[in-house]
Amino acid sequence: MSSAQGIGASIKRKEDRRFLLGKGQYTDDITLPDQSYAVLIRSPYAAALIKKIDAAAALAAPGVLAVLTGDDVAADGLGGIPCGWAVKNKDGSNMVEPPHPGLAHGKARHVGDPVAMVVASSKALAKAAAKLVDIDYDVLPGCGRLPEATAEGAPLVWDQAPGNVCFDWHIGDAALTDAAFAKAAHVVELDLVNNRVAPNAMEPRAANGHYAAANDHYTLYTTSQNPHLTRLLLAAFTLHVSEHKLRVIAPDVGGGFGSKIFHYAEELLVLWASRRVGRPVKWTADRSEAFISDAHGRDHISKAQLAMDKDGKFLGLRVHTLANMGAYLSTFAPAVPTYLYATLLSGPYDFPAIYAEVKAIFTNTVAVDAYRGAGRPEATYLLERLVEKAARETGIDRVELRRRNLIQPSQFPYQTQVALQYDIGDYQATLDLALAKIDYAGYAQRHAASAANGKLRGIGMSTYIEACGIAPSALVGALGARAGLYEAANVRIHPTGSVTVFTGTHSHGQGHETTFAQLIADRLGVSTDNVEIVHGDTDRIPFGMGTYGSRSASVGGSAIVKALDKIVDKGKKIAAHLLEASVADIEFRDGAYRVVGTDRQKAFGEVAFAAYVPHNYPIDTVEPGLEESAFYDPKNFTFPGGTHFVEVEIDPETGVVEVVDVAIADDVGVIINPMIVDGQAHGGLAQGIGQALYEEVQYDADGQLSNGSYMTYCMPRAADLPMFKVGNHVTACTHNPLGVKGVGEVGAIGVPPAVINAVLDALAPLGVKDISMPATPEKVWRAIAAAKQGKGA
Amino acid sequence: MPTITLRVNRKNHTVECANSSLLVDVLREQLRLTGTHVGCDTSQCGACTVHVDGHSVKSCTMLAVEAQDAEITTIEGLADGNTLHPMQAAFQECHGLQCGFCTSGMVMSTTELVSRNPDPSEPEIRHWLEGNLCRCTGYHNIVRAVQTCARGSRGGTP
Ligand code: FES
Ligand code: FES
Repeated sequence: MSSAQGIGASIKRKEDRRFLLGKGQYTDDITLPDQSYAVLIRSPYAAALIKKIDAAAALAAPGVLAVLTGDDVAADGLGGIPCGWAVKNKDGSNMVEPPHPGLAHGKARHVGDPVAMVVASSKALAKAAAKLVDIDYDVLPGCGRLPEATAEGAPLVWDQAPGNVCFDWHIGDAALTDAAFAKAAHVVELDLVNNRVAPNAMEPRAANGHYAAANDHYTLYTTSQNPHLTRLLLAAFTLHVSEHKLRVIAPDVGGGFGSKIFHYAEELLVLWASRRVGRPVKWTADRSEAFISDAHGRDHISKAQLAMDKDGKFLGLRVHTLANMGAYLSTFAPAVPTYLYATLLSGPYDFPAIYAEVKAIFTNTVAVDAYRGAGRPEATYLLERLVEKAARETGIDRVELRRRNLIQPSQFPYQTQVALQYDIGDYQATLDLALAKIDYAGYAQRHAASAANGKLRGIGMSTYIEACGIAPSALVGALGARAGLYEAANVRIHPTGSVTVFTGTHSHGQGHETTFAQLIADRLGVSTDNVEIVHGDTDRIPFGMGTYGSRSASVGGSAIVKALDKIVDKGKKIAAHLLEASVADIEFRDGAYRVVGTDRQKAFGEVAFAAYVPHNYPIDTVEPGLEESAFYDPKNFTFPGGTHFVEVEIDPETGVVEVVDVAIADDVGVIINPMIVDGQAHGGLAQGIGQALYEEVQYDADGQLSNGSYMTYCMPRAADLPMFKVGNHVTACTHNPLGVKGVGEVGAIGVPPAVINAVLDALAPLGVKDISMPATPEKVWRAIAAAKQGKGA
Repeated sequence: MPTITLRVNRKNHTVECANSSLLVDVLREQLRLTGTHVGCDTSQCGACTVHVDGHSVKSCTMLAVEAQDAEITTIEGLADGNTLHPMQAAFQECHGLQCGFCTSGMVMSTTELVSRNPDPSEPEIRHWLEGNLCRCTGYHNIVRAVQTCARGSRGGTP
């Protein structure tokens, strides 16, 4: 049984049936008795003083229960939304950490900043009444973009942040890096932008708050990736009620990609409003509201320099990055362009010297925080564009240049110049596998065939690494995290041998109900049909930190394995008693306890039954029951890596880029369910290709958003993408019991530079040297036209 | 508010709703058929797709009153009792869903494709899905699911 359903088996997902039957329960699907509805009125301006809010007409409208403003938030003593990570400046001083009230108070600081909330007995009535609220704004100049926000005299988002600087941070060794550049035979320089994108989980955010006055208890249904973190922040910082009076439920959640990690104001507001109006209050974002209220991702501007010796061996890397934080600091925002970005700048390469400076900048835009990959895609994009440029400038073949610089298997554990220690990997093996999958040797033929059809063909690659399995608590604590990042599990064996697992991670598409059940099948020999995984409800699950940073299998799965070890050990004592043998002689395998060297055995189910019906039982030394909990704090990050190849065809007449082939080889560690792992890679690839070719949130210099809907923000569609060729080469993680690394983010991390490198490869014969993401038809067409003109001149 | 009768999943339902109520809102809020989802406000995502007289329709683009004389099927009405519709089964078989939010729309949309074209090519499937967004799967396994279902409906091994 364990081989058919255990680790390595592509069993079908247990959760699918309810979704396929339309019986999933997403937050907006839940309607409570006496439900009321909230609509938020948001600032249409990037920066404006809120002079007066006249709610009289709205309050008189039918069905209206309340109109609440920033004054009410302040009067009721609600706390501001906290930031979960503190980054220090170069000089050791603290970053600027401005207040973030649940509703804007006195001043609105971005388009979409919530200014007032209308609660009514129906959504339609709340929407109608919202139109009657008269808000008098004094519009101020705003700044919506990098680098304009850093210019002399730019409008200030916060008076306490001169130059709009949130922090000015660095990592690495400047002197060592200067010395490396001094002896370089060749230096490659590149300026690049990592475009701002909107996460766009298909389920818009929603929150339904219910205060029960009779027992002074709050329940929140919310679209969250981590209900316990939300509960902790509500309790300790925003709502100010103790955890035992607060239950947070993240039911089925329709995708997250990072954007549902954070504690958002609406979660606080619906609970607070429920207390005020005496009815449950539900808020659900429209898509256009999601664009102006969900935290966005990326948004960097960087200068990078690579120093090489005459043979192309990397000597040093120097990076300067501006990172947009938005107007308020979201939960993990400061960590993204620092500890999740600059620490990854060594990539899979052996770099003797690195120095990176990161300046985080406030702008009058919605917050920027973690989005699938979070920092690691930015690092990979920078490095792989730079390495590609180096290959072009030196004339060394792109594959060969990478081979000369990849960390060798014998070098692990490998200490980088930017704080991380990679435990294991085999970057040559994934490179070789990817070369085979793309049929690199046959490329010239494909190129010729495209040319014969009047198309420009290009091939691009990236060799990447990422750090996930977030994270060792003590280490991240030393780096500024204000929370621990362990995971928790409780495994309950029922008297007749079926199993319920309570996990602190959260599944919003990842398939934990299946993969975690496989861990049980593998270890205990219990069919996955007899296992249920419970997640997402703080009243049922142990205190865990949720799902992001590809942590669920490596951290959450390890917690489950630890709990299983305790179960197996306790079972041994019971089995020894039942089999009248000594514990040392009992082994557990294939779902049964055996006396070593004999055919005497007790099935796991028999031992479980004995634990709950302890008539013949070692009651003096072993407690009845079979249920164990474990917390697991990882010893290190995990380090997936690999090689991604992309081939594109460009129509020189229209500038349209078609992705014709994608072949990747990843090392994501031990694989629990190959079908699910491939699916995770596919999804990440689509988002990465989306960033490279289609997606960009566009703010103008003043902070107005010009593309906040699906009419204007280009999402990747089925016809934009090819079938993906996905391969894996496994090196087992050395420091967690499963050997797993993580797969949720690899696609979004590895592929964007491969796409752009392919586009540039296709356009190189025309003389095009640079193009920025997203490489839209217009941009490509203009680049071709400009290159032609340049040549003609 | 006017009272209208809607025939949904082979049953008649009498509901009170405003003339301006969208079909999707009546399905979700009044009939509590929450398997039909809302993913956008510009009729682009397809999460709200249902069948109206056998054709896939985005239920956010139709007023409830317009649907009065029609036979409406939602995702809840697609399976035959406990037996999944072949398209639902193919989505499970091929891992064509992750978070499940786009899934009802994907299934409702592609069942119409296969009923019209029992042997759609990969480009035809991708083109057909132009009105359905998925953020999780990269469409790879959705395309495979549709191919698998179509093969099964032609009598091949699914
Ligand atoms: S909700 Fe109907 S198309 Fe998006
Ligand atoms: S499965 Fe999540 S949006 Fe398609």
